[in-house]
Amino acid sequence: MLTQQSRPPAAAGTPSAVAERKVRISRVTPAGAATVTAAGVSALALVWVLYERVLPFSGVLGFWVCWYLVFLLLYWVMARQQWDRRLAGDRVTTVEFGTSGTLTMLIVLGVVLFVFARGYPAVFHLNFFTQSMAFAGPLSPFNMGGVVHAIVGTVEQLAIATLISVPLAVAAALFLAEVGGRLARPVRVIVEAMTALPDIIAGVFVYVAFILTLGMQKSGLAAGIALSVNMLPIVTRASEVVLRLVPGTLREASYALGSSQWRTVWNVVLPTARSGLATAVVLGMARAIGETAPVLLVSGVTKELNFSPLHGPQMNLPLFIWDYAHIESTTAVNVTRGFGAAFVLVLVVLALFAIARRIGGSAPGQLSRGQQRRLARSAGRTSILSIIRRGAR
Amino acid sequence: MAVVAENELPLAPDDDRPRTIVAPVSAGDRIFRGAVRGAGLLVLVITASILIFLAARSVPAFRSAGFGFFTTSAFNGTQFGIAAILPLGVLIAVIALVIAIPVGIATALFISEYAPPALRRPLIAATDLMAAVPSIVVALFGLYFLMPRILGFDSWLAHHLGFIPVFRVSGQNIASTYVASTFIAGVVVSVLVIPIITSLSRQVFSQAPQGEREAAYALGATRWGMIRTVVLPYGRAGMIGASMLGLGRALGETIAVSFILTPILSFTPHVVQSGGNSVTYMIATYLLDVGSLEKSALLAAAMVLFLLTLGINVVAAIVINRSRSGASAAAD
Repeated sequence: MLTQQSRPPAAAGTPSAVAERKVRISRVTPAGAATVTAAGVSALALVWVLYERVLPFSGVLGFWVCWYLVFLLLYWVMARQQWDRRLAGDRVTTVEFGTSGTLTMLIVLGVVLFVFARGYPAVFHLNFFTQSMAFAGPLSPFNMGGVVHAIVGTVEQLAIATLISVPLAVAAALFLAEVGGRLARPVRVIVEAMTALPDIIAGVFVYVAFILTLGMQKSGLAAGIALSVNMLPIVTRASEVVLRLVPGTLREASYALGSSQWRTVWNVVLPTARSGLATAVVLGMARAIGETAPVLLVSGVTKELNFSPLHGPQMNLPLFIWDYAHIESTTAVNVTRGFGAAFVLVLVVLALFAIARRIGGSAPGQLSRGQQRRLARSAGRTSILSIIRRGAR
Repeated sequence: MAVVAENELPLAPDDDRPRTIVAPVSAGDRIFRGAVRGAGLLVLVITASILIFLAARSVPAFRSAGFGFFTTSAFNGTQFGIAAILPLGVLIAVIALVIAIPVGIATALFISEYAPPALRRPLIAATDLMAAVPSIVVALFGLYFLMPRILGFDSWLAHHLGFIPVFRVSGQNIASTYVASTFIAGVVVSVLVIPIITSLSRQVFSQAPQGEREAAYALGATRWGMIRTVVLPYGRAGMIGASMLGLGRALGETIAVSFILTPILSFTPHVVQSGGNSVTYMIATYLLDVGSLEKSALLAAAMVLFLLTLGINVVAAIVINRSRSGASAAAD
């Protein structure tokens, strides 16, 4: 019955073909496309004549900034010739937002591709992944020396940071999402504020508290602790968002079966949010792995392979880049080695990012369609709906 | 109410209340709540202990310099203060925001309002990825790709807009006059701030009520008209919060700034002139190599920066949380 009611009243005798046409709000018309192109080309021509020939200007970036401004102006004028003020304003802003979006995407692409292109000569030697820099100097060719000491350090320090921060972060997120209370508000605000804290503060904190005060040596462990200070708020916030997506009906069903809050969290909430929590953790790792400032002060710099995070300085990938592309950037070889390490680092971040998207949705807390279906199914909505439908039939 | 059947018990008027529900809390629950509350508290404890440790370590510096810590520009073993390095760092952050706020918000609007639905998810992924790109990689990009390409623009700014004081430079028109400037550092930092502003304001924009959007269209608004009257007012608090969080991030950026800058120790508003500084730069570069009093001074500077960014971020977090719960829409 319901489906029949929702049909258009075609039986009334009016031709429905006219009423059924879908109105599209914006569409690329030949006139619109031609106007954009014309404005672009004429701005290019005008700016070239003025900038390169008439006025004493120079510089590539300045040229394109001028071109863009002249383009917007010309486009506005051309749009006003054809359309009224409102429509012209709409067209011009559309172009502005489009260029901003394109610019941002170009920056992302540019950063990644630039690092790949510059790091390429160093990376395509097997020794880059099997040797440390212990026997390679600033002028050694690329078939000597590598980043294995930095990779080992990165893996160990990230593992330490993850082991420390993830249980605490998930527990804190459970506090915010499940227990709450008067304390929840200030904790949430501080967590949010800590996510954008100066990244060097974590390093300064560990340096002051553990190295100056407790007399610890610079080591991989200190670096791991510093990274965990950075990771904790990021994972906490992302996990809280995910935990909030667990349907309340599931919790109520669990309570109705007589289970305690602890049992509900352990058997219902956490398993339901598992993939989302994993995403939160992986994204936190992706953030922590690239952090340079926290480890700069506390991990120490070395060219040698050090497996022990407890004793002696331990390198990691961001610190390797810092060292070779900034501090010792006296030779082109060193800089390229730095770029090679950045190549590896970006690849790892991309891989972690891909894993995060693979296991759960597009962003922390945003479930993929399959997951939402599964959630809905486990919440019993689908089955109840199907029962109702079957009954109706 | 006055007439009560005789076979029923008369109800006292104060009995007619909902009974209070007392849920028995098991021992396991009590432990669980205590544990997670402890984890929540730990975040506050970490924040407080950062402050306490920094404050304790900066006592010698404050004792030696007194209020002069805030008015001295120099930074050496005997004389030190943040009068130059803090404003120079703020200048970098301001330049970064001048670029990042328009670009970030326009990108957010593009993703949430203009991009075709099929393109939306990849675009969101790309901005998330941009936020995840390590700052040291952006620093490499800034130093080796952007800086050589910005120099010409710097010279152009100095020559043709030099009558505006901030763009004035002294020195010959050669590259070394323009390298390692506050302006270039600001541009590089803006690359790190754009994704923060984009993703936060996109989230707020996408929550703008569908009914009001349709109402605007039904009244004949163009898409820009709809955005101006519905999406932007709704997202105002979110945009402000996102920009403030971006400011906090820009003030605290260490690596990109350290890659670009050549340090100077006197404040100058001429942003395209070579040389700049920030508290984070001083800490990253000098903390491990200086004597105890100077170390104490650097930690005092770190504490000032920490308090500043924490304050900004807390206000930003409150603003954003309020905008998420829809309070800003109710206030409009």
